Amino acid sequence: MIPAQFSYRRASTVDEALSVLAEHGDDAKLLAGGHSLLPLMKLRLAAPEVLVDIAPIDELRYVRADDDGVAIGAMSRYHDLHRDTVLREHAPLLAHVAGSVGDQQVRHRGTVGGSIVHADPAADLPAAILASDGVLVARGPGGERRVPAAEFFLGPFTTPLEPDELVTEIRIPRQTGLGWGFEKFTRRAIDWAIVGVAAVGRSVGLINMAGTPLRARATEEALANGASVAEAAELAAEDTNPPDESHAPPDYRRHLARVLTARALDKAAVPA
Amino acid sequence: MKVAIEVNGQTVAEEVEDRTLLVHYLRETAGLTATNIGCDTTSCGACTVLLDGESVKSCTMLAAQADGHAITTMEGLTADDGELHPLQRAFREQHGLQCGFCTPGMIMASVSLLDHNPKPTRQEVRDGLEGNLCRCTGYHNIVSAVVEASGQEVDR
Ligand SMILES: Cc1cc2nc3c(=O)[nH]c(=O)nc-3n(C[C@H](O)[C@H](O)[C@H](O)COP(=O)(O)OP(=O)(O)OC[C@H]3O[C@@H](n4cnc5c(N)ncnc54)[C@H](O)[C@@H]3O)c2cc1C
Ligand code: FES
Ligand code: FES
Repeated sequence: MIPAQFSYRRASTVDEALSVLAEHGDDAKLLAGGHSLLPLMKLRLAAPEVLVDIAPIDELRYVRADDDGVAIGAMSRYHDLHRDTVLREHAPLLAHVAGSVGDQQVRHRGTVGGSIVHADPAADLPAAILASDGVLVARGPGGERRVPAAEFFLGPFTTPLEPDELVTEIRIPRQTGLGWGFEKFTRRAIDWAIVGVAAVGRSVGLINMAGTPLRARATEEALANGASVAEAAELAAEDTNPPDESHAPPDYRRHLARVLTARALDKAAVPA
Repeated sequence: MKVAIEVNGQTVAEEVEDRTLLVHYLRETAGLTATNIGCDTTSCGACTVLLDGESVKSCTMLAAQADGHAITTMEGLTADDGELHPLQRAFREQHGLQCGFCTPGMIMASVSLLDHNPKPTRQEVRDGLEGNLCRCTGYHNIVSAVVEASGQEVDR
């Protein structure tokens, strides 16, 4: 399978990428790791006229701890994040989740920025970033803006990002010492989660329980009001709208959400 | 566009369509056919090569993305005098292949795996190779081969 014709451009700074986007508008797409976009293009489900390869933007490949928390450059690859000592210390949930995406080869290419902007409800990092109260930093022709993860995921593959904007950074409040747990239920080794749960402290993010990643609000409130993990986890599927597939109908997914939430919270109860 | 890639230590530079996939560049432009296309959907790992030393699936990369970088294919593992790489030798010794279609991808993924984890357990080999499918062997002997190549005792 070969993608439709396009013209390949390369940007090695954010400004360069923004100027190509400004020039071509809707016809251009950013190419980060390419592990969501290229498969879509090969299936001809996407056919941008211009591809802007942002892999050379080294200024977006970093993890830094500062007073507010941890800042992750959008072009950091899963493999970088999984091994990063700063991330492991201050946001260990994200380091672990990054090591659970796809397989070794996928982790060498896929980026955190690509995963967020692709906004697949079955993706792992978006739910973990949501549970972590993460904030996304985007740059466009009008300058920089910050969007909390809680306002970023609008629907399946839908975000408030404009076609001429680029996500540059993901900011995570420091989680040093907080317990965390990640549970991902898959059918085969490298599959996306049928359901997944990312917990840090008493925050819970759900993967694939609706058209977007979700917080398990009822569970979180119950915990705040003194409920046990077992009691709170019973509420994990409230206000969810899980997809219906022949191998995993909604009821089955709700059951998984409860079981996996209990497991993730049990792990998160142990301080890191 | 003109794409120049250092393939197994030698620069291959050729004018190709922007949409050319890396795997096609390697097989058709560079004439190196060890790298196979199995699924063409990033699932099977048959097309695995090393990009700057790290395993990637070349059916899901553009040749343009590798422009200016170094690629190693299975051909590049064998020394000029024909001496096999320890992983190639171990796959032969441990009978880690039957039809051989998955083998180049398996071996390139294993190079990367051992690079990150030089003394893996059997389970770690299985986890590390989860992106590579084999329809023949049942994986057992593949795991043994990687363990042998890592210099550890093969405990079947
Ligand atoms: C075999 C396989 C298994 C996988 N398994 C999993 C899994 O288990 N869990 C999981 O979460 N994911 C999985 N994925 C998806 C993978 O995580 C992708 O890497 C990720 O979804 C997209 O990241 P990317 O860097 O490859 O983005 P690309 O494919 O390059 O881009 C995706 C989209 O985001 C846009 N974009 C990229 N970067 C930016 C940016 N900085 N600013 C603005 N827009 C941007 C692009 O224009 C495009 O629309 C899998 C993929 C494959 C091929
Ligand atoms: S051919 Fe590339 S992963 Fe199967
Ligand atoms: S040996 Fe035949 S597919 Fe692996």
